[in-house]
Amino acid sequence: MGASPAPIPPTTSDPSEAAVTETVTAPALEMRGITKHYPGVVANDAIDLDVRPGEIHALLGENGAGKSTLMNILYGLATPDSGEILLDGTAVRIGGPSDAIARGISMVHQHFMLVPVLSVADNILLGAETMANAVFIDRSEAHDRIVELGKRFGFEIDPEVKVGTLSVGWQQRVEILKALYRQARILVLDEPTAVLTPQETKEIFTVLRRLADEGHSIIFISHKLHEVLEIADRITVIRRGKVVGARVPAETDEDDLAALMVGRNVQLVVDRGESHPAGPTLVVDDLHVADDRGQQTVRGVSFEVRAGEILGVAGVAGNGQEELVEAITGLRRPTSGTVSLAGRDATGRGPRQLQQQGMSFVPGDRHRFGLILSFPVSDNLVLTQYDEAPYVKGILRDDTAIESWAKRAIAEYDIRTPSATLPASSLSGGNQQKAVVAREFSRKLSALILDQPTRGLDVGSIEFIHRQVIAKRNEGAAILLVSAELDEVLELSDRIAVMYRGEIVGLVDGRSASREEVGLLMAAGRRSIPPVEPEGAATGAGGGPR
Amino acid sequence: MRAKVARAWALASVPVVSILLALLLGSLLIIASSLATEKQINLMLPIVAYENLLQGATGLSFLDVAGRNLTFNPSINPDQAARAITNTLAAASPLALAGLAVGVGFKAGLFNIGGTGQVLVGGFSAALVGALVAQQPAPIAFTIAVIAGALGGALYGFIPGFLKAFTGAHEVVSTIMLNSLASFVIVGLVNDVLKITGPTFARTADIGNAAMPILFGRNGNLGIVFTVILVIATWVLIYRTPLGFEIRAVGANPDAARYAGMNPRRLIILTMSLCGLFAGLAGAFEILSLGYYPAVFGTTIGFAGITVALLGRAHPVGILLAAILLGGMRAGAPAMQITAKIPIEIIDVIQGLILLFLAAETIIRRLIRSRTERVTPPELGTVSKSYGESSV
Repeated sequence: MGASPAPIPPTTSDPSEAAVTETVTAPALEMRGITKHYPGVVANDAIDLDVRPGEIHALLGENGAGKSTLMNILYGLATPDSGEILLDGTAVRIGGPSDAIARGISMVHQHFMLVPVLSVADNILLGAETMANAVFIDRSEAHDRIVELGKRFGFEIDPEVKVGTLSVGWQQRVEILKALYRQARILVLDEPTAVLTPQETKEIFTVLRRLADEGHSIIFISHKLHEVLEIADRITVIRRGKVVGARVPAETDEDDLAALMVGRNVQLVVDRGESHPAGPTLVVDDLHVADDRGQQTVRGVSFEVRAGEILGVAGVAGNGQEELVEAITGLRRPTSGTVSLAGRDATGRGPRQLQQQGMSFVPGDRHRFGLILSFPVSDNLVLTQYDEAPYVKGILRDDTAIESWAKRAIAEYDIRTPSATLPASSLSGGNQQKAVVAREFSRKLSALILDQPTRGLDVGSIEFIHRQVIAKRNEGAAILLVSAELDEVLELSDRIAVMYRGEIVGLVDGRSASREEVGLLMAAGRRSIPPVEPEGAATGAGGGPR
Repeated sequence: MRAKVARAWALASVPVVSILLALLLGSLLIIASSLATEKQINLMLPIVAYENLLQGATGLSFLDVAGRNLTFNPSINPDQAARAITNTLAAASPLALAGLAVGVGFKAGLFNIGGTGQVLVGGFSAALVGALVAQQPAPIAFTIAVIAGALGGALYGFIPGFLKAFTGAHEVVSTIMLNSLASFVIVGLVNDVLKITGPTFARTADIGNAAMPILFGRNGNLGIVFTVILVIATWVLIYRTPLGFEIRAVGANPDAARYAGMNPRRLIILTMSLCGLFAGLAGAFEILSLGYYPAVFGTTIGFAGITVALLGRAHPVGILLAAILLGGMRAGAPAMQITAKIPIEIIDVIQGLILLFLAAETIIRRLIRSRTERVTPPELGTVSKSYGESSV
């Protein structure tokens, strides 16, 4: 990178000034008629976007709507076919990320770009080193500036702490600090709350508001409607590369935004109807599981899922859910305890045997487990049945049978792809997940394990998958739903088990449970209001980076 | 149709350009060599050399050489062509098998550098067992010797597979060590306990009736037919059977394979054994053509297999084509050496350059400004990610 420009003292605007400028001056950023074609698609079609100083501007849209393309253009990662970008009323050409940063545009990515073994200060300095002399970095001056910035925006942090020891929420603040350290005036946050707990989300919103009050402009990318309504000053909705609407939160609601985003009316909460549970199908008894490092992350979990009911497992990510699911589905050996499926012992069985016993599993990480991205969609649709009739004839695979099933699945599950022969990587996240769901839901099954079934999906796909889940329950499947999305657990579950530090700390009725009650159990493992805890404690074991 | 052509070009462009670049650089070396052989720089020598190479490999001639005067005169001598092509195929057969030994490994995400060791063990086993059954009727003796070679190679592939599956030992490291082990142990044995009296050099006993049957010409052998059958069988196995699907799945995404109920350990061991089997057959065919196992069996086939597999894009048909190309070079090289006085080793240099350019795919793509999307089979990433990759 080389030497960066010497840091100028913090931005000139103070809060009172910002309030005035908001109404009179030109937008901090204006994107006019941005058009970008990729082979076969118009990713951005004459998009207009203006962001005022001191404004939190939400960019709302489904996956693949063109949000990322637009932001990549702003950040200099892509060149628009036409259109112009104006900063403070002046047209600029942004040649690349370093150019963008020099002009005060910074991006906080969904996946943090931090080095876990380095300290906060080192991470912030990386690429923006201030030199004391020709050889050495001026760390003390950097140290002071980081402390000062943190104070100003309400999140004091020790610059010498190793980033790897911080919770996800605090790592995100380090990313924001990094941007502020580089004199960013326009901050782009790409799905900043996807990895946060409700509590952390609230905290980050406070930080963002403070930044905006100080005159920074924030572009907040999200598809979580209630968050956008809560934090944004203005909302621009994009669908299929076009701006389809602009709203202010006071004059809109979730249904309106969802309809704009998807282009039709969407039922945000699927009607779960009555459940008629029968006998227990999946029984977990006193299960203990260790993670890869040998830490006991599941400590004596017991529950049963009855046929025809959905048992939701709520919890902040990293409280043992992942290992629990892996132990139940045969991907990880439990250290003790038993799992039984339809009355037969299933402890320590491999995935193949469990599948044969009637277990279906939608894994939480579809890229790691659920799909082989380089394989055609059709192969992925038979990934767990590839060696069974009718997909095998004699010793050979039966391509005709595979193809005809793929065609049917694509139609039935509304998987949007031009062809089943394209690699799964060419599908959008929502359609990839629909492919996994199509495959796992269409097997003969008695138990269905769903791990984060709608993570990262847009409202349209979520609605679709939720409907399928309810349909499966009504057909009599025992469904275990593990999700970090509290809303999802609340909306679908007949009963909710809350997991905290490897244990089930509460079992509540799904229809009468309140968000607050479950939220508290998730955050503190008990129902009473917790005392004020030190930073990051709420994430518990899940604090560190993966 | 246009899409098909585009796709074929996207797949073949890098190999083709790599070959052309290697020949171009090789011609510089040939020009340099003219300084030594002719005491002056002869810029025409590469053309003469490559023409000789082509003639030696295919019997096709397009130049009349009279001193330094070249006249364009395409001609073909049917007898010579038949002989040349037979030689090319005979040389290509073990190369194709060695290529499969590497290419099938790529499909499962494994980089089998152990071709050399597996070729040696395969050839050695075939020689020993061949000598034991030397007096049996030819079809039986040959079959038994071939099976021994295949099993020897398979066993020598099984070892690194087992180590990888159960201890995580990286196959690149373990196969390199196994190469040295095989080479030294076998040399020791042939020089000592297995040495027969009579010949002027150390070698094992005659294989007698286990010798490679010749079907046509001077060396149009049965191995060529077997190789073609094995290439087709491998294609069927990899792309048409559930087992092939498992192998490809483990190579593309081991976690997803495990999730789908496959057994990655079993597949790693199986694939490495299969790789070893192919290499072992390559060694067996070589030795059974030779008639005995010499202490100085300096075969480069194992390593050439890496070039063949990369050049053939790890696809059985591509591997066959690549093997024919490199086999042709080997078959044509003697003619080149005799007529153009180019050292035969230039072939190894060109082969090495091809490998170098294939490995530097990014440079090639920039060179030809390929706008086509990178369609390198993902498993070829195995080559670049093999080293220093943690097993987490």
